Amino acid sequence: MLRVSEALRRRGFLGMAGAAGLAAIAGCGTATAEPKQGGRLRAVYAGGGAKEVLDPHVQSLFVDIARHKAIYEKLVELGPDLKPVPRLAAKWDHDGTATTWRFTLRDAKFHDGARLVPDDVLYSLSRIADPAAPDRVAQSSLGTLDLKRSKAIGPSTVELVLTEPNAEFPALLAGIGTQIVRNGFKDPSKPVGTGAFRYVSFEAGRSMVASRYDDYWDGPARIEELHLLSADSDARANAVQGGQAEYANDMTATFARTAEGGKTVRIVAAKASTMQAFVMKVDQAPFDNPDVRLAFKLLADRQRLVDVVLAGRGEVGNDLFGKGYQYYPADLPARERDVDRAKVLLAKAGLAGKEVEIFTADASAGFVAAATLFAEQVAEAGVRLKVSTGSPQTYAKDLLTKGAIGNHRSGAMPIPQYVTDRLLSHSPFNVTHWRRPAFDAAFAAARAVTDEAERSRRYGVLQKTLRDEGGILAWGLPDYLVAVSAKVQGVQAVPPNTLDQGRFDKVWLA
Amino acid sequence: MRSYAVQRALLAVVQLAVLSVLVFALTSLLPGDAADLRFTETLTPSQVAALRVELGLDQPPASRFVHWLGNVLTGDLGTSLISGGPVADIVRGSIGTTLVLTLATLAVVVPLAVALGIVMGTRENGRVDRAITSVTVALSAIPDFVIAVLLVAVFALKLGWLPATWVGGNLLSSPALLILPVAVLLGRTVCLLSRQVRAGTVAALRAEYVTQARRLGVPRRQLLLRHVLPNAAVPGVQELARTGDTLLGGVLVVEAIFAIPGFATALVDGVETRDVPVVQGLTLVLAVAALLINLAADLVCNRLVPRSELLR
Repeated sequence: MLRVSEALRRRGFLGMAGAAGLAAIAGCGTATAEPKQGGRLRAVYAGGGAKEVLDPHVQSLFVDIARHKAIYEKLVELGPDLKPVPRLAAKWDHDGTATTWRFTLRDAKFHDGARLVPDDVLYSLSRIADPAAPDRVAQSSLGTLDLKRSKAIGPSTVELVLTEPNAEFPALLAGIGTQIVRNGFKDPSKPVGTGAFRYVSFEAGRSMVASRYDDYWDGPARIEELHLLSADSDARANAVQGGQAEYANDMTATFARTAEGGKTVRIVAAKASTMQAFVMKVDQAPFDNPDVRLAFKLLADRQRLVDVVLAGRGEVGNDLFGKGYQYYPADLPARERDVDRAKVLLAKAGLAGKEVEIFTADASAGFVAAATLFAEQVAEAGVRLKVSTGSPQTYAKDLLTKGAIGNHRSGAMPIPQYVTDRLLSHSPFNVTHWRRPAFDAAFAAARAVTDEAERSRRYGVLQKTLRDEGGILAWGLPDYLVAVSAKVQGVQAVPPNTLDQGRFDKVWLA
Repeated sequence: MRSYAVQRALLAVVQLAVLSVLVFALTSLLPGDAADLRFTETLTPSQVAALRVELGLDQPPASRFVHWLGNVLTGDLGTSLISGGPVADIVRGSIGTTLVLTLATLAVVVPLAVALGIVMGTRENGRVDRAITSVTVALSAIPDFVIAVLLVAVFALKLGWLPATWVGGNLLSSPALLILPVAVLLGRTVCLLSRQVRAGTVAALRAEYVTQARRLGVPRRQLLLRHVLPNAAVPGVQELARTGDTLLGGVLVVEAIFAIPGFATALVDGVETRDVPVVQGLTLVLAVAALLINLAADLVCNRLVPRSELLR
């Protein structure tokens, strides 16, 4: 398959060359008039070929998430700071221990005219939890839900019971793959939701067409028709510049730089809303020594990494996930580069002059470049970092088992969810092998605290420990870039996975 | 000639059998399987393990292969590990698009190459011959993706005359989608083919029987059409069959650049997602097509110039 990889590598070159022709394009000026009705919006996302699904509980790609967001809704969504905000659930409260929760449902109607009732919610949650369907993505995050004890309380209130207290439960209901479907929903190829758009057609890897749902509880969309298309990065760039699409998701910094010179395309950047990091395994030599971990954190020239790898589209990281999100300890000082101190620490650890292997792959934009540049920065302290490149497709799995240090990136999610998925002893994606029973216990205790200020304080303490002793070297916080045609209005600059990202019921065509 | 065709068919069956084993073995050698690749941030390791059992990937490779072979022999290409749908649907959908692209290219390439080849051949080493040669050779030397970038930049992004990609496009409602991809694919094939037709024309013009026909006063037009063209076409037809892989390579690049949901895209996706049944199905169909095309080319040449059978 040499030819294939060749073709794919060539495509990387194409993006730049194609974009270079853009500066010359003339177009109409931007108009910020009042919202207009009607029209068709074509939005293009990174495609997943046959992997794309119509089943809202199986999704994992951005294009799937966008598709299901148009047709279905969740009880709860995430705001721009990743804090839960009401959607199908108008409000919620708990029994004082964060174990039994009551959600009041909104007066929403499904596309077939049926009113949303508690049984729809209970059915949706049981469909997600179905042990016979291992591909339901929210299965583990909603694992503490006790469906046998959960029940309807009246016509529009549903009571959900947990097996252990969790003050973050509403945020879990806002996670990936938690959409509310109709009671008895069996056939994903006939989607019926409460969302702003009705399903028209779907072809995996190509497109989904949906039309405006006039009875939408949050006010009908302005656009008449929504097309969600799939294409790789360069085709997205060509499509939005060539007028085959009005919205292109997840664009590269290189594209943004050239696009901003023209007039046909506008870049909407959600500042510093994702994370790029190196992850060191705290149970493996040489990173089982805290001095070595700290030395590596001190060696990273973060600004240079951001300038080169992210083409300046982002901020430097402070070895923590979730800047700008709820519970982020913003008062911690920024980590400065200190090669001399790092040298002392490395000498103490006996690592000076030694070689360490960094495991990477072309799995995500900038991974190999970041690893290579970091190797140069580490070399200044006399440690050789040998870059070893693996298969991009299996990188997610390989990272858990191969190499002592590697690349890691994360999209937007609430901080407690990040910790749950990656930093507890039994976390499925514990890429730094951070396993400390005391940390687990302190986190579980904090998560059960119902007072938000106190909970936030406790999370802050845990995050400071992670920053100082953990294996995550978060060097950069990339902007999340979306390109829109100049006539598209109302697109919000918010992190991915939040309510207002890709909200096509709120945009209009000028 | 019938025994020749039977022989070829038997050979083809053996080739197919070897190929299907090879493709299965090679895709098994790729790191990870379809379940592993679902291991992202959304499915936990235990869910992935359950999925592997559900997909039958926990079975030994040999038994999976035998199972697949059994299905194929009954005309069933199996089920995609990724979409869960029939492989036959994916094969049909993707090959249809590529077939349209290929046929559209051939519809332009063949007349163009034959015309150019005859023009060049009848003016051997003249100014026209050299001019056409320079242009076609130069074009064929530029990689497909460079031509594609230039064409897209000029005709789609700058002038806005043609669509830049197939994203969101529909071939039935906008046939203009074909123009740029076909233009890219033309480059090399026209050069290769016209060179062959030119060589055939030159050879035919020098042949004894043409000289004889000329001596007998056969008009030039008739001479070219009746006597020169059929002989000149033989290397052309053989070249056409042989350039199948060149064209496929081009189709691969073109499909990637223009986001065309065709055969190459499906194959790349299949390999990248370790969807072995899809990769097997696509390769099998491609192999059958290649064998048929080569057989057809031989039979056509045979028909054009029957005496060439003696050469075998």
